[in-house]
Amino acid sequence: MTEPSGDVLLEITDLSLEFRTYRGPIKALNGVSLNVRAGEIVGIVGESGCGKSVTMMAATRLLPKGAAHITGGGIRLFGSDPMKLSERELQHVRGRQVSTIFQEPMNALNPTRRIGEQIVEVIRRHQRLDNAAATSKASGLLRDMLISEPERIMQAYPFELSGGMRQRVLIAMAFSCEPRLIIADEPTTALDVTVQALILGLIKHKATSTGTAVVFISHDMAVVSQLCDRLYVLYAGRVAEAGTTASVLAAPAHPYTRALIRCLPGLAPPKQPLEQIPGTLPDLLDPPAGCLFRARCREADDRCVSVPPLAAIEPARRAACWRRIEETQAA
Amino acid sequence: MTEPPLLSVEDLEVRYRVTSGWFGGADVHAVNGVSFSVAEGETIGIVGESGCGKTTLGQAILGLTDISAGAIKLRGTEQDRARRTQLQIIFQDPQSSLDPRLPVWRLITEPLHIRGGYTRKQLIERATELAVSVGLRPEHVDRYPHEFSGGQRQRIAIARALAVEPALLVLDEPTSALDVSVQAQIVNLLLSLQAERKLSYVLISHDVSLVRHVADRVAVMYLGQIVEEGPTLDVLDAPRHPYTRTLLDAVPSFDRPLNSIAPRAGELPSNRTLPTGCFFRDRCPSATTGCELPQVLVPADGLRTVRCHLVTRTGDTTLPRSAPGPVFSSPNDAIA
Ligand SMILES: Nc1ncnc2c1ncn2[C@@H]1O[C@H](COP(=O)(O)OP(=O)(O)OP(=O)(O)O)[C@@H](O)[C@H]1O
Ligand SMILES: Nc1ncnc2c1ncn2[C@@H]1O[C@H](COP(=O)(O)OP(=O)(O)OP(=O)(O)O)[C@@H](O)[C@H]1O
Ligand code: SF4
Ligand code: SF4
Ligand SMILES: [Mg+2]
Ligand SMILES: [Mg+2]
Repeated sequence: MTEPSGDVLLEITDLSLEFRTYRGPIKALNGVSLNVRAGEIVGIVGESGCGKSVTMMAATRLLPKGAAHITGGGIRLFGSDPMKLSERELQHVRGRQVSTIFQEPMNALNPTRRIGEQIVEVIRRHQRLDNAAATSKASGLLRDMLISEPERIMQAYPFELSGGMRQRVLIAMAFSCEPRLIIADEPTTALDVTVQALILGLIKHKATSTGTAVVFISHDMAVVSQLCDRLYVLYAGRVAEAGTTASVLAAPAHPYTRALIRCLPGLAPPKQPLEQIPGTLPDLLDPPAGCLFRARCREADDRCVSVPPLAAIEPARRAACWRRIEETQAA
Repeated sequence: MTEPPLLSVEDLEVRYRVTSGWFGGADVHAVNGVSFSVAEGETIGIVGESGCGKTTLGQAILGLTDISAGAIKLRGTEQDRARRTQLQIIFQDPQSSLDPRLPVWRLITEPLHIRGGYTRKQLIERATELAVSVGLRPEHVDRYPHEFSGGQRQRIAIARALAVEPALLVLDEPTSALDVSVQAQIVNLLLSLQAERKLSYVLISHDVSLVRHVADRVAVMYLGQIVEEGPTLDVLDAPRHPYTRTLLDAVPSFDRPLNSIAPRAGELPSNRTLPTGCFFRDRCPSATTGCELPQVLVPADGLRTVRCHLVTRTGDTTLPRSAPGPVFSSPNDAIA
């Protein structure tokens, strides 16, 4: 399998970013590179604090102004640098080209207004439709989300719906303006497995049928493996490994990816100790020099005191690890 | 006569009286006739969707929630005092269960402090011992909770639970707020403590692969009832109740592609007014005549019990099956 060849919608190159705090700068991103092409579903995985949300918030310029500073690298979203867009251009991009779905749908909905009004408003802000046309479009979108009585749901207030129902409403809203790219940041983490399965299925189906690209952020490898064509594994604000989902899972290359998969219960025989990753995440106030995984890595050696580049190790497969780079060169 | 089990829960019902708010008036039927027992050194896993009553069940076992009917017995007797010292609970969010103003030694020995009769020096000594037994360092006992990571805070909570030498711990989603690498550490700690101390666990979790790893037996709950119960591998590898099947099909897996769209994967019906007949009927792919009658939990095969007349009356296994087998496997095979 090779990388898909659609237009590149988002390209992040060697992005470094820090948050300036009273304790000093938190180096949240330390050279992230990733790209998303039209029509593909891309997963970003990694443990808490590895920079998944910050990366995508930087790409859509949603980070708090003043606190976050880009210290290296760059972003191109639909061909232009989001940092250089005017407020109006940014509104246009956010409305028509990229939408975002977050973990807690309650925060994204106005609690005092009916669901229907909120969807219709989003539709009409960006599309020339009268109220009746927008209403019927909204109800069609809800029906696509397997909501059987959209008219009744549109009359409801957000608090009257379950978490799973609210998340479906938000997904319908995200697709309402036919964006080219949707960013879904842990959209099912707060939900049950059965509701999660439904929602993942809906996202996949809708994205495939509309050709919308999706960036799906999750800490759950199994979820990402079911949904995504390609994935990026992040560690301490850098990409550890990237490739097609099937190839990364069949033969994880980076020691961190391997460790992450190995420590899952369900792989070890029942009751036996699970594999552990020794140590903890590096302190992002003072990240160590060299490979950021070095202190926890069982394959570390002298070379690892310098930062490994994210290098191709097979077709459509990259890893930031001196060992793998060495093996590739030897082969 | 055989000895009574360590813990037995008999026909337990818990209703929450709701007097105000949008649904004022109608009671919440959180637990609706649950029975099971746990032997010494044994782990029972409780799985089921959000809102099915797992936490309520755990709290009722500890006596933290009033029960509406039924009984909870410890070694055959219904004594509150025994329950208070023999049973302890670990919550999902260690943050909220630890008072931020107290040093770790005070947190760990809180149950002893309440019991009374210890000097400060004795408490600190005991705290240090317990801290070490859960993998913390002796000097940690002088620090405050905010100085610890999520995994360390969960260790503190476990040390506190062990302070009174309990026989059984209720673990309510003990690792679901933790990263997988930290989860592995806590799971290993729980397994080794169990081996050392012959502890029993009631493990409440959404995570089927965690339950599979840790539990000897598993009970699947739906709308406040157990619908299937039995040895872990029997239930999780070859489920018999249609709901167990639905639940397992929804578990994300490395082996299985996403079921295109799972229209059955709905949500729990309201527990304000309980359904008549089988509780799972409106979502059940196998619903047929007879399902309009209330269902009871009866032995199926081996040591398993199932609450579905289709399974237990005919004994057939023709339920729709998709890919039996471990929740996930394979990727590890590729890692040398
Ligand atoms: N506003 C902020 N101010 C200071 N630090 C921040 C801020 N937002 C994020 N960070 C830090 O940046 C790092 C990356 O955070 P990010 O939210 O991207 O992690 P994540 O991978 O999304 O984690 P999670 O799985 O917990 O959502 C973390 O160390 C976090 O503490
Ligand atoms: N204090 C309470 N007052 C009223 N209703 C309650 C109370 N606590 C829980 N409930 C209701 O009882 C039912 C069972 O809740 P419980 O928390 O036991 O479920 P659970 O299986 O632990 O769910 P989760 O997986 O989300 O933790 C739910 O419908 C819940 O809304
Ligand atoms: S570069 Fe070195 S320390 Fe980093 S992952 Fe590879 S072997 Fe380990
Ligand atoms: S009793 Fe009927 S509705 Fe209930 S689980 Fe069995 S087949 Fe399904
Ligand atoms: Mg995040
Ligand atoms: Mg609960």
